[in-house]
Amino acid sequence: MDHTVLTPVPVKALVLTGFGINCENEMAAAYTLAGAQAHIVHINDIFDDSVQIHDFDIINFPGGFSFGDDLGSGKVMANKIKYKKLPSGRTLFDELIKFIRAGRFILGICNGFQFLVRLGLLPNTSGHFEQEAALEPNDSGHFEDRWVYCRVNPKNKTPFLHGLDIFPVPVRHGEGKLVLTPAAETTVVRDGLDALTYCLADGSPATTYPANPNGSVRQIAALTDPSGHVLGMMPHPEAFLSVYNHPNRMQYTGEAAGLRIFQNIVNHIHARKRNQTSVKA
Amino acid sequence: MLPSVQTLKKSRFRDTVGDKLRHEAHRALGFDTGRVRHSRHFSFAYDISEADLRNFATHCIQDHITEDVFVNDFPAPDDFRSFIAIAKRPGVTDDEAMSSQAALADYFNTPADLRTQYIFTQDIYYIEKALSEAQLQAIARLIANPLIHHIQVFSRAQAREAFRNLYVPVVRMQADTTTRFFDLSGTDEDLLVLSRERLLALNLEEMQAIRRYYDNPATRAVRHEMGLPPEPSDCELEILAQTWSEHCKHKEFNAVIEYRDLDTGKTETIRSLFKTYIQGATKRVRDHLLANQNDWLVKVFSDNAGVVKASDDLLFVWKVETHNSPSALDPYGGAITGILGVNRDALGTGIGGARLFFNTNVLCFGPPDYDKELLPGQLHPRRVFEGVVKGIEDGGNKSGVPTVNGAIVFDDRYAGKPLVYCGTGALMPYTYGNRPTWEKRIDPGDHIIMAGGRVGKDGIHGATFSSAGLDESVPMSVVQIGSPITQKKLADFLYIAARRGLIKASTDNGAGGLSSSVGELAEITNGAVVYLEKVPLKYAGLKPWEIFVSESQERMTLVVEPDQLPALFALAAKMEVEVTDIGRFTDTGFLDVQYNGTRIAYLDMDFLHNGVPQKYMQAEWQSPPIHPTHFDRFDNLDVAEAILDLLADYNVRSREAVIRRYDHEVQGKSIIKPLMANGHAPQDAAVLRLDFDSYQGIAVSNGLMPKFVELDPYAAACGAFDEAVRQIIAVGGRLPNTQANDGIFWSANDNFCVPDSAYHPERNPDGKRKLGQLVLMARALYDMSVFFDIPMTSGKDSMKNDFVAGGVKISVPPTLLFSMTAKIPDVRRTTTSEFKHAGDIIYQVGKTYDEMGGSTFFTRRHVEEGCAPKVREVLARSRYLKMMQAHDAGWIVSAHDLSDGGLAVALSESVLDGTLGADVSLDRLGDLHLIVKLFAESHSRFIVSVSPPHAEAFEQLFGDDAHRLGVVTSAPALVIRLAGKKIADIPLTKLRAAWTTPF
Repeated sequence: MDHTVLTPVPVKALVLTGFGINCENEMAAAYTLAGAQAHIVHINDIFDDSVQIHDFDIINFPGGFSFGDDLGSGKVMANKIKYKKLPSGRTLFDELIKFIRAGRFILGICNGFQFLVRLGLLPNTSGHFEQEAALEPNDSGHFEDRWVYCRVNPKNKTPFLHGLDIFPVPVRHGEGKLVLTPAAETTVVRDGLDALTYCLADGSPATTYPANPNGSVRQIAALTDPSGHVLGMMPHPEAFLSVYNHPNRMQYTGEAAGLRIFQNIVNHIHARKRNQTSVKA
Repeated sequence: MLPSVQTLKKSRFRDTVGDKLRHEAHRALGFDTGRVRHSRHFSFAYDISEADLRNFATHCIQDHITEDVFVNDFPAPDDFRSFIAIAKRPGVTDDEAMSSQAALADYFNTPADLRTQYIFTQDIYYIEKALSEAQLQAIARLIANPLIHHIQVFSRAQAREAFRNLYVPVVRMQADTTTRFFDLSGTDEDLLVLSRERLLALNLEEMQAIRRYYDNPATRAVRHEMGLPPEPSDCELEILAQTWSEHCKHKEFNAVIEYRDLDTGKTETIRSLFKTYIQGATKRVRDHLLANQNDWLVKVFSDNAGVVKASDDLLFVWKVETHNSPSALDPYGGAITGILGVNRDALGTGIGGARLFFNTNVLCFGPPDYDKELLPGQLHPRRVFEGVVKGIEDGGNKSGVPTVNGAIVFDDRYAGKPLVYCGTGALMPYTYGNRPTWEKRIDPGDHIIMAGGRVGKDGIHGATFSSAGLDESVPMSVVQIGSPITQKKLADFLYIAARRGLIKASTDNGAGGLSSSVGELAEITNGAVVYLEKVPLKYAGLKPWEIFVSESQERMTLVVEPDQLPALFALAAKMEVEVTDIGRFTDTGFLDVQYNGTRIAYLDMDFLHNGVPQKYMQAEWQSPPIHPTHFDRFDNLDVAEAILDLLADYNVRSREAVIRRYDHEVQGKSIIKPLMANGHAPQDAAVLRLDFDSYQGIAVSNGLMPKFVELDPYAAACGAFDEAVRQIIAVGGRLPNTQANDGIFWSANDNFCVPDSAYHPERNPDGKRKLGQLVLMARALYDMSVFFDIPMTSGKDSMKNDFVAGGVKISVPPTLLFSMTAKIPDVRRTTTSEFKHAGDIIYQVGKTYDEMGGSTFFTRRHVEEGCAPKVREVLARSRYLKMMQAHDAGWIVSAHDLSDGGLAVALSESVLDGTLGADVSLDRLGDLHLIVKLFAESHSRFIVSVSPPHAEAFEQLFGDDAHRLGVVTSAPALVIRLAGKKIADIPLTKLRAAWTTPF
């Protein structure tokens, strides 16, 4: 490919914050380190039209405790997205669906994953954007911060996880136990929408606590929608942007797997943009 | 009956909350509850149609997958026979209700009204077995606190009626806004009665000083001119009581103390412990630093937190607070308000708006198996432990601030009052625009803006209360529950407002509320006027003086120039933070407080801040006799058993169950976490990097040694200091001021928590002795700080840590915590504690002395012999300098400091995590008894492992200060030898089992 004719097209990542979201800075840092432009935006800047989500390539819902997780994790924020009207009279939920249908990307981590599940954006096996899953209190009954291993489902085609197989990453949540409706579970398994599962260091399934830190069904740590463009995960890749974050870093020989996930999606969008530009050119 | 919504989890999903109560009822009370299910109930004191309510409930409250919802109806499955409903008392923070109101506004697209509460939540527990009312009450008390909760229990037969009449804590108060004035012309006894009845906590000298002020013709003339009667108003007395409280003015730390050393017979007068020893030490350290071109000390003692230079573009803000009395009353509420409160100290330093970087917490409790009879109002230590940990968990996690380091100390003497130390580090740039961030500049005419939560009755008299011992007559309004979500919004807002130049200064509303925050800021311009009717209230019915002193949480006072007000208000509206213009700063020399056009206080600023009489106190100390140790009683000691016994000691065993509940990694900058390697290796200091594009970082450690205070308060305080320093040295930190302009900052906070140390022949007959301990500890602080050039930059003293009830007093041991932070030039070069490779050579660095007094080994055996360990600071410093060299050379593979349990515990902790063992011999530790070698807690020592190629160089560097013990092995066991004989061979599985004994 002839690079000289191309003007660089930056990948623009929207990182939403406000009302108790608290991982927005490391999320933005992850995109910056991956070569994208990161914009941290208060969600009320979306609601008053100061910022348009469609100006971005990827929308990120970071972790945290939006509205203190009152009424259940992510519940009040999901309600806001679903029911509160923008100046146009549409809801942010309507705009997100439009965004997804335009082939763009959404990433939700921890609390962000919880919104996406409550909104029905994940796993969305029916295609109707209805809630098919829930993230329940951990079986341990409390919040836990620990490093776990995750394994990538080879059936899943999401660009976020390209080139990764088994990798360590921290989890930090009190409500991460995934439950699925029976119908959704069937499709999730059939189509490999369970993008990440908790596993042991050797990749075998984490059938017991604490390797499966919350009691998730089928050890599921992350889900995608059928397109692979929407990814939600309980673990925090944005807390593993450097190998020096690893608790056993003097023995750890792998890469900073968290950063890799952001590099993957940024590179993927870059490549797409380049192709689109080439086509236009 | 109010409109209501109730949710109940579908029975095929696990109910962790219900399961936990079932388990707790069995563990604590021996009751078999059968199944327990937890349900959430919402009452709506709000005009809403049933159809709207149903829509809202099904869309916004219910989770469709896991819950059933009931509108104006209650679920009553046949198989549950007993019920417990736990509501909050009037005015108690109900975050879930406020979030529901936010959801309601979003759902109906109406403006959010978060000002008045009209939704009220409660928890209802369904219990399978038919239990008696008394049993149900007992179960309810396991999770509810009558100070903040309303409890209803009922049987199945009563259920229908009870559900229709569930308690709802709507606040209804008669508004009485009149101001009272008090005649001070009576006897001294009348003054004391007034102080006592109004909970002013002022003594006779202080009340007399107030009387003199009001008697002064100049005061009378000014009051006449201002339309005030000559007598003080309730508001003025309250302002004086708050401002002059021990909490705010540190009267005992600033007292004139007559100290008698009974060992030598010498007497001396100390004019203020704070000025002499704490501020005095930092002044000397500053001189030492500046003489060597180290100019990183930016702001000490004069703001809410200490400020140092962390890098070329960041300042580091550091503050450690205590929140003991509130935690004794309501452990959860006390701890969460403690964390959020110290966060606001960091947020309100200089201009304000620093980025919160990390929290620390150090907790002192009675032992969880405490079996003495509880005094009236005393909570069981296990309950306190659980509540405090939950408070710290929510306070940190929900604010997005990692809890990176801490300690827990158990001792019977903390069973009355726990100690809850909360620390916060924060980062801010050097400037916002062209304004130095760390300065508070205020000009007359600047507006006083209250930001954040609203004002209620909660927390009234907090400052005076924490200065008085706990007793059975404490009013309910002292208990408050923090709201992390309210404060998170406030912190986000401040961060942006400060960077946009919208605020000039800020401070926390903590103890004393507006009266303290405005009163202190007003010192800068010498006056302020406040219009109390403008202050937004949670509910009607507060008296004006209550508005001024209320300690409702999550509030800050901001200083804003008039032309910035529109931008500030617009930003606040966008971020849904309530801000209110409540007055202006002036240069009149008076604090002027008005309510609806009527002046209710007009106090001379100089009298307010400098009028409190200096206290006079007496102190003395006599060293206790040191009994020689009879080692022969340990002739047949089973060393392996003794080590396992130590590892299971409350003060040694694994803190993992607590640590994992704190998010210690949010913000993504954590390098050394509390547990490393495979997740079980305990570490010394925490290390964080400053930013994602830098490997510069900060190490954080804590040192406290209350166990040695009775033997030798001076040595105990030196030991606490040394413990904090050596932990930072262990991870690869560097001592300060060893080279010119090296940028290695250290910023320490001292926190004294002591029992009542004011001598009184009946009430406190050993007060002089306790104050003597405090004097010696302060002196140790001075000596250590000046010797190591490690400055105190902020701190706190908490003076009345006694629990008094039914004529019994439980007093904490004098407890001095050093919370230390230090610059790490490159976090990639730091070291962790666990052994890493078989074949590495194990050394003990530093000498062991015959210092068994107060050791964990002796305490477990109730042996009161031996002396407390001393810090030999000259040797320690030269050792630490060598450790720095060895780190630089890359020779140190692992380093761990020796502390509770001595060498035996440190060695065990170095192997607990993995599959590697150790084979060591004690022969090279000199001519000491085996017990001393293994279990003495001499200071300034490390266990270090070194790879064989570096061993010779390492030994050359340290000479006879490095004692070669043995090697790291691939066999999973800790083997200890003496004179060629194996004296212990403990499999790692056994070590781990002992160490991980649950609490």
